Amino acid sequence: MTTSNDEKWINKKISRRDMLKLTSIGVAGVAIGASGLGGVMKAMGYDVFETVADSTTASNKVNFYGKHQSGIVTPVQTNIYFASLDVLVTSKKELQELFQQWTPLVVRLMNGELMADLSTNTRVPTGDTGEAEGLNAANLSITFGVGPSLFDKLGMQHVKPAELKDLPHFPKDQLQKEYTGGDLCIQACADDPQVAFHAIRNLVRAASGKVEIKWSQAGFNSFPAAGGTPRNLFAFKDGTVNPAIKDEKDLNKVVWVDKGWLKGGSYLIARKVQMHLETWDRTSLKDQEATFGRYRDSGAPFGKTKEFDDFDVEAKDEKDNYIMPDTSHVHLARKSGARVLRRSYSYASGVMSNTGTHDAGLIFISFQKDPEQFTTIQNSLGRMDKMNEYITHRGSAVFACFPGVQKGSYLGEALFNAL
Amino acid sequence: MKNKSLLSVLVAGGILMAGCGNTEETKKEDKPATEQATQEVDLSAELSAYQQFALEQMDQFLLDTEKFVNLFKAGDIEGAKAAYAPARMYFERSEPIAESFGDLDPRIDGRLADIQEEGKGEEEWSGYHKLEYALWEENTTKGYEAVADQLLADAKELHALVQTVEVTPDLMITGAVDLLNEVSTSKITGEEEIYSHTDLYDFKANIEGAEKIFEILRSKLEAKDQELVTTLDEKFKAVDDLLAQHATADGGYVSYEELTEDNTKALAAAVNQLGEPLSQMGIILE
Repeated sequence: MTTSNDEKWINKKISRRDMLKLTSIGVAGVAIGASGLGGVMKAMGYDVFETVADSTTASNKVNFYGKHQSGIVTPVQTNIYFASLDVLVTSKKELQELFQQWTPLVVRLMNGELMADLSTNTRVPTGDTGEAEGLNAANLSITFGVGPSLFDKLGMQHVKPAELKDLPHFPKDQLQKEYTGGDLCIQACADDPQVAFHAIRNLVRAASGKVEIKWSQAGFNSFPAAGGTPRNLFAFKDGTVNPAIKDEKDLNKVVWVDKGWLKGGSYLIARKVQMHLETWDRTSLKDQEATFGRYRDSGAPFGKTKEFDDFDVEAKDEKDNYIMPDTSHVHLARKSGARVLRRSYSYASGVMSNTGTHDAGLIFISFQKDPEQFTTIQNSLGRMDKMNEYITHRGSAVFACFPGVQKGSYLGEALFNAL
Repeated sequence: MKNKSLLSVLVAGGILMAGCGNTEETKKEDKPATEQATQEVDLSAELSAYQQFALEQMDQFLLDTEKFVNLFKAGDIEGAKAAYAPARMYFERSEPIAESFGDLDPRIDGRLADIQEEGKGEEEWSGYHKLEYALWEENTTKGYEAVADQLLADAKELHALVQTVEVTPDLMITGAVDLLNEVSTSKITGEEEIYSHTDLYDFKANIEGAEKIFEILRSKLEAKDQELVTTLDEKFKAVDDLLAQHATADGGYVSYEELTEDNTKALAAAVNQLGEPLSQMGIILE
């Protein structure tokens, strides 16, 4: 590298930074300076004042800007890293600044770019932790939501939607504090586990001192080469009855909130569901299928031959027995009449220290326009669900996911405008 | 290897630049990723201030170690126990300097687990932690007199060696972060003082050592980034305030065993939140 090249690079860098500051420091700069929050992010080289566009040339790229946030009706990726965070900031203003500062960084991540350009100073840690270097955007989607506790913590109860509250206790719940609740969530999904983890790691790091991670869970999905619904760790197809992600009309009925500051957003429910694989694996195929009410191989409902065949939950055979057993998971879920958009992932996180069994299961995630939809289904499953024998709900959280972001705006702007 | 990774950064940057619409045309400038000939910042005043601090700490360390060894050899178990943790604090405060002498650090501060990890037997274990074991586990000083003598000899040797140490900017800046890393990886887990459980003394001393470096560099940092200084002031205070909750009336700290999981988690989080901005002090070198 020649000296003249070095000079050129340095000059360019300086002029660019100066220009950015000149053009945008007017409002944002003063606001951030006033509370002293810009400190770490600025020192780490993040351009928190810039507006970053969705790349038009990056490969495997999901767009950030749009009517809705990514990661909800985005085609399901192979990997998730889900993080529930608690805020350490103590004012609405600091929270707003955090989302303003996160926004350009999120676009960069979804473009497959580094969080920050590499600094010429090697005596400080790099702004980007670097492990996604050389990987492409991998269809990374990043979805932000706010939990009920956030509104209480920061005195924002007056804008807390009535629907946003902790889920009621369901039969057989064994919720553990370390997998439950959270002030904020970030859902990072990608077709590469390292890209998804990198996103969470760097967003949390960039917000050091403003948020802390409360719980997190990695998950995976595998898709048959020929396409189709992925199977969960019980080997059954998971997500068959989802609304089609292109059916805007149906999504408006099931997924998108249509009122208030959350209009265009959706409620995310996360449940960490442990699956008792050892007991499942010693269950006969017949009993496994009766547990679901579907055939394992085809995914077809009982009495039908194809996965997507419609069925009458009340249909009975000649002996007056329900064709789909009334204790089966699908029977009870369908009978509730409620629907959600499921976007679940499997997890396998080592061994349960107290039993020596697999610590594995489902990080169940669903999106709905009202958490009540989930509650209705879960109540219908109740104590009847034959599946209860094989699963334990260990974690639970509900978040209101912001509407989409338009270029020039930032994550959660509608919420802060409503304050 | 370095050249290769640099090249890939440049290539990636170029591709991404093409993709960033017209408002972004200058967004991804190619920049050299690694070191280049920058003019060294003059830190001579800061370096000598830190050297002076470290030497004072080492003076005190030697004096207090002598006091501790004398009590120990006199068979005064309670007196030696009381002198143990405070004497060690001088060492922990100036650890970036003390540990720059490869052999002496493990001889003075080695834990049995570290010695065994190196494939050495218990007979090669020496220093403070061996005497800690004698005092708290065996409740005796008998049979450990030679270890005490050796500790004093080692402390004297260390004291002599640090007189010649050359303090560099990297030693200071890396040292501050290393002190916090020490806290994050061993003090907060109670793995440093497994017999005496006086981990919070070491914790406090490590933080003070890092804070001293920050204080010495403060004016240089202020010239570069006032907000970073404000943040660091807040974060040091947060850690200090949390530690103060576990202080005892005699100016010491409660046993690590009295801390709940919520306590250690809060302390660990505060240290991590301090470490992130502290790791940015290197900006003064550019």
